[in-house]
Amino acid sequence: MTSRDDILASIRANRPKVDRPLPPVPLFDDHPPASLLAAFKENLERMGGIFLDLPGAGDQLEPVRAKIAKAKVVCSTVAEVPGNRDIAAARAPQDLADVDFALVRAAFGIAETGSVLLHDSELGVNALAYLAQHLIVLLDPSDIVVNLHHAYRRSEFQHGHYAAFHTGPSATADIEGVLIHGAQGVRSLSVLPLARAAQPLGG
Amino acid sequence: MSPQSKPSDHTGLLHPGLLAPDDRDAIYRDGQRLDHAEGTSRPLHAQPEPQPRGAKVFGNRPIDQAEAAARFIAAPEHEKMHDERLWDLRQKRDREMHAIPEWEELRSLASAIKEHTLTHLDEYLEAFEANAHSNGVHVHWARDAAEHNRIVHGILQDHGAKSLIKSKSMLTEECGFRDYMASVGIDVIETDLGERIQQLDNEDPSHVVVPAVHKLRTDVAQVFAKTIGTDPNNSDVHYLAEAQREANRPLVLTADAGMTGCNFAVAETGGVIVCTNEGNADLSANVPKLHIASIGIEKTIPRLEHLAIFVRLLSRSALGSPMTQYTSHFRGPRAGGEMHFVLVDNGRSARLGMAEFWTSLKCIRCGACMNTCPVYRRSGGLSYGATYSGPIGLIIDPTFNAHKYSNLPFASTLNGSCTNVCPVKINIHEQIYAWRRELVKRHEVPFAKKLAMKAAGELLSRPSAYRAAIAAADVALAHLPRFAIYNGLNAWGKHREVPHPPKQTFHSWYKANRGGKDDQPR
Ligand code: SF4
Repeated sequence: MTSRDDILASIRANRPKVDRPLPPVPLFDDHPPASLLAAFKENLERMGGIFLDLPGAGDQLEPVRAKIAKAKVVCSTVAEVPGNRDIAAARAPQDLADVDFALVRAAFGIAETGSVLLHDSELGVNALAYLAQHLIVLLDPSDIVVNLHHAYRRSEFQHGHYAAFHTGPSATADIEGVLIHGAQGVRSLSVLPLARAAQPLGG
Repeated sequence: MSPQSKPSDHTGLLHPGLLAPDDRDAIYRDGQRLDHAEGTSRPLHAQPEPQPRGAKVFGNRPIDQAEAAARFIAAPEHEKMHDERLWDLRQKRDREMHAIPEWEELRSLASAIKEHTLTHLDEYLEAFEANAHSNGVHVHWARDAAEHNRIVHGILQDHGAKSLIKSKSMLTEECGFRDYMASVGIDVIETDLGERIQQLDNEDPSHVVVPAVHKLRTDVAQVFAKTIGTDPNNSDVHYLAEAQREANRPLVLTADAGMTGCNFAVAETGGVIVCTNEGNADLSANVPKLHIASIGIEKTIPRLEHLAIFVRLLSRSALGSPMTQYTSHFRGPRAGGEMHFVLVDNGRSARLGMAEFWTSLKCIRCGACMNTCPVYRRSGGLSYGATYSGPIGLIIDPTFNAHKYSNLPFASTLNGSCTNVCPVKINIHEQIYAWRRELVKRHEVPFAKKLAMKAAGELLSRPSAYRAAIAAADVALAHLPRFAIYNGLNAWGKHREVPHPPKQTFHSWYKANRGGKDDQPR
């Protein structure tokens, strides 16, 4: 018998003969926050993320440009802001090890936790979001869902091979509970609430 | 004395002396101190002190947990810091729980989903396997730890891989994976800070979520000075964490293969979900071409809609943080890459057949039961001398070796706090008690403990005497069955949550387990 057959046979022999139906799962969305964006912002900040306020007038990408102004290597996968490192030219994830700032668009965000979902279709190279020193994410405010129950109904989980919720930057407090940002991955995560294709290139 | 002995001063700390004179280590946003991930909600500082080590292991001899606990308690700076940090996690958990009106409903759903899945585990595993296959993932099955290690070694050999970066996985600890890999010449590099500290110090993780929680910053400074060349006199936490990041980075970039554990395996999608705060699982899986995920068969859940329940509960229960920084969904290999899943039984299918203990398989390894346990908090996880420590360890470890771990089910006050905080509603304290009975049946319990159990049994048969004993608060509260905890006599049972750490109960437990010797903890 193969190990597979062995294990399945053992489970069949041992599984408790009790009736345990699968319960229906509610969406728990009866009391949504007044503003999904405001709730998203508050929760993102609690988790150590940086919320970039959209300028009321003028260049909507100004907060992003200010952040990357002094950076040596910027790798962007969004049309709104060009970088100086072409992700298509990266033959291996290791080629992105020197990236200072990475820019990507989130598939969607979650108000409950301040999370953004980064999907392999937007990342190009998954490791970009972890090897870069800093990460800037563009999030369309209309792409914010109320909670995780709504999040897992999204189609992003049915296609593609990789998707990750980022909720703030890489963090640890493994030594005496002292909080550190930039444990192994990005040292900061900033989110700009910019609608998709709302801004002409070079804005 | 009331079992709800309150912290003695305005700091709200169990050990007010630990309050740091300043808060310069902390990160602030808009004047708010951040305490997400496993960050403490208040600044703490302990004095340097040599680190107490874990249980002494002599082959198959029963582990003397109480002996190791006594040495931990004899190192007061370590003991206080450990107690304080874990209690802080527990309090943060309560804060998050109160912010979610449907919390109890989520727990009930989580429990029901797990029980349903476990009672149909063969079907869900087959579905998971089929879907993973169609996503292009290679699926392997391992009966036990040895087979798991051989399978992974085989995959690495096929790729000529000599170095492996990995994220934290209790399953690989259970399999003795690092030792095995060392014996076949594969270099394993842990990428989680806490786990890396433990690896470099040749020590097991002491906690399922915070592996180095029993160490002080000065202990870490010594380990890093010896292994990655930091200044032995610099125990600044930011410096130490940065040094480890910089030391690991080149190892991550040059590794031949990556490995992760698995928090949840979704049958519907054939994908696995890994939760970390450091993003180290994403580095391990996304930088090398080859990704291997080790999966305990009990991690299976039916569909994505069920995943939502568990993700909402996991980090809140574990750390009192609304979400882990990273919740990563791996469904198939990257272009040009390869992905392997190893489904591991290692005693789980046999446990399914244990009428009193099968629901321990619901465990999502959040560590909440450890954080709340008065014995665990004051003994340190290494005192258990087993892969799993704390309340969940007491009911899992004996399934691996009932003789070696025969003392562990006695390392509990049976106060029921573990059961109250468990996000999947495992009746932990009842299973601990059931293990005691089971071990007596199997003649694995020494005479003195049997006497104590007998006395407790007689006491429990006479409620008035029992009440008197509780009032005296000087009895070994080691054998309380459910009625005693929920009958209204015991203040802890009145609420779902234990409001304050039951110091007195720990004291009683300690006395009972140390035989009333003079070396009292305090
Ligand atoms: S037994 Fe419950 S509380 Fe303990 S680690 Fe498992 S899930 Fe968490």
